[in-house]
Amino acid sequence: MTQMTMIAAIQNAHDLAMARDENVVVFGEDVGYFGGVFRCTAGLQQKYGSSRCFDAPISELGIVGAGIGMAAYGLKPVVEVQFADYMYPAYDQIVSEAARLRYRSGGEFTCPIVVRMPTGGGIWGGQTHSQSPEALFTHVAGLKTVIPSNPQDAKGLLLAAIADPDPVIFLEPKRLYNGPFDGHHDRPVRPWKTHPLGEVDPGYYEVPLGKAAVVRAGQELSIVTYGTMVHVAIAAAEETGIDAEVIDLRTLIPLDTETVMASVQKTGRCLVLHEATLTSGFGAELAAQIQAECFYHLEAPVLRVAGWDTPYPHAQEWAYFPGPDRVGRNMLKLMEA
Amino acid sequence: MTDTPPLSLKVPQPECRPGDTPDFSGIEIPAAGTVRRPAVDEQAEAMRDLAFTIIRVMDDEGAAQGDWAGSLTDDEIAQGLRDMMTLRIYDNRMMTAQRQGKTSFYMQHLGEEAISCAFQRALQKGDMNFPTYRQAGLLIASGYPMETMMCQVFSNEADPLHGRQLPVMYSSKEHGYFTISGNLATQYIQAVGWSMASAIKGDTKIAASWIGDGSTSENDFHAALVFASTYTAPVVLNVVNNQWAISTFQGIARGGAHTFASRGHGFGIPSLRVDGNDYLAVHAVAKWAVERARRNLGPTLIEHVTYRAGGHSTSDDPSAYRPKSESEAWPLGDPIDRVKKYLIGKGVWTEERHKQAEAEITDRVIECQKRAEAIGTLNSGHVPSPRDMFEDVYAEMPPHLVRQRHEVGY
Repeated sequence: MTQMTMIAAIQNAHDLAMARDENVVVFGEDVGYFGGVFRCTAGLQQKYGSSRCFDAPISELGIVGAGIGMAAYGLKPVVEVQFADYMYPAYDQIVSEAARLRYRSGGEFTCPIVVRMPTGGGIWGGQTHSQSPEALFTHVAGLKTVIPSNPQDAKGLLLAAIADPDPVIFLEPKRLYNGPFDGHHDRPVRPWKTHPLGEVDPGYYEVPLGKAAVVRAGQELSIVTYGTMVHVAIAAAEETGIDAEVIDLRTLIPLDTETVMASVQKTGRCLVLHEATLTSGFGAELAAQIQAECFYHLEAPVLRVAGWDTPYPHAQEWAYFPGPDRVGRNMLKLMEA
Repeated sequence: MTDTPPLSLKVPQPECRPGDTPDFSGIEIPAAGTVRRPAVDEQAEAMRDLAFTIIRVMDDEGAAQGDWAGSLTDDEIAQGLRDMMTLRIYDNRMMTAQRQGKTSFYMQHLGEEAISCAFQRALQKGDMNFPTYRQAGLLIASGYPMETMMCQVFSNEADPLHGRQLPVMYSSKEHGYFTISGNLATQYIQAVGWSMASAIKGDTKIAASWIGDGSTSENDFHAALVFASTYTAPVVLNVVNNQWAISTFQGIARGGAHTFASRGHGFGIPSLRVDGNDYLAVHAVAKWAVERARRNLGPTLIEHVTYRAGGHSTSDDPSAYRPKSESEAWPLGDPIDRVKKYLIGKGVWTEERHKQAEAEITDRVIECQKRAEAIGTLNSGHVPSPRDMFEDVYAEMPPHLVRQRHEVGY
């Protein structure tokens, strides 16, 4: 095992995929020579040449659109949108094209593209560097949406996404790039080397898409979450002393309903947690499915905790961000219900 | 304080609307054969003039003129005539079938047949078109089975797209015809990416992208030109300027530029304007651009100047926004009539032979239609199963779709 940050793990996944399959090509803004603004593609151009890893014009539409053409040709493009907040110009290409090539061509043309995007807040990024747009992808038939919460999963999920025959949106919680951030922004930064999941197998492995992980076992309450909020949920469980089970979905679509329902049926209480805005967020889908499947096991209504329905603010970031205090208060509320 | 008068918004208007006398005097049409043919490796800067003229081969008497003539033998041209006649007859049959309720929708090519039919003949097997909905000549000229086209239009049980797509949104990998989106312009950048992939792999295949005058306004068009230019992509970027985007005249998309071809100049892309109703000229320019791409000299932008003589689709009535007689006034003539005249002039075709060919093709199209209709039409009930609607969303059907399919009873 090797110590890796999430950045190193993602870089390593690219490296292994490119070494293994010469059809894997990597491009995006600042991705080539410089290796990406977050360094997730560092050294790839030097190692694999500029025709397999290169800089792209500042056009997310162009990056994804050209990637779709390459995927239809038979390549395996892994493209980076520098921030998920910048993906909107590419949205038509993702929704109307990548997601539907297989369907509309009767299976003749396919689109095995991976679109990577740093997502989420906690970095003083304001409204253009902090958004969590996952629900805009989970609403689209034909896409798979993945959000890792640690280096070990990030590498295995990215390798699985690259091997997948369909388009995968790969959202990387940027506040987790360098450490398991639990929402306590006023405490010293904790690096990945202090966390067991910062130990990464240096070889090739896949973490299957569509499989959730129970990252903390518990009996009293289930927290269904993903991305940065996994660590916030664990912190809140420890701080409240509530014996909560924390489920890291890892893949939103396809959703591992089995793991989710088994947990909620066991605990009878469920808190759905995400950083994205509340209304019409992925939590709404989770809450709907959980109440339908677990109604007779529930001791209390499913509770959602999420970002407020405002644009992501700058100076008020920590009042916006659903940190461990807000999560803890809601856990207590759920236990009293 | 300023001493200038108040601002006012200027909205471009077409030369004429219903009730007006058609006027195409604004289109400068050089005599056939007068536009030079540069070497394929000439620099874009040195051929800027070609974006402001119209490359034409056939003159009014039907004779081929100038440097661009000679890309095809007379036999090949006769085949081109048959391709165009086939497309027109097919269109007529499908327009009628739509009116009979056998399908929901159709889009014809009337007046634009030369462009897709001629272009396909400049490509090789393995090359890929990223067409819009008005380039079915690419399929006809590549030998795609007409019966299969009809099955797609009728959304019947033999439709290779399982009834999922609107009529005319064909797809054939084998025939170099990328699945049509229906969202305008999206495929333009994909063609560039596809051709970049061929270059990355060190293959010899090239791509051809297609867009209409109206949708050059989309961001996808501009992204495609940036990428094609930046990476010297082996792609031919076609703009079919048929003067009308449904009811919107081409000036709304073109803005202050003189031509659509000149859009390429800011990107350093060689840009040519061709008479889109001249089968010989379209083929010659296509061949030139394809050779550039194949020799890794990069992209070419071609504006095909033509006229959409029919409605935008079966849901459109052009008499509501343009003079009824406008298509007769179109100065570049009819693509089929012009090739027919050329071949008669060369002594290899006659009026009688033309009539005979028309009858033969009509018989063949009717035969295909009978077979396709025997399989089913949209209104006959022989449409693909609802089971098919859940397939191909993903390579492997995820559990939530399996549950939903069961709910429908499959």
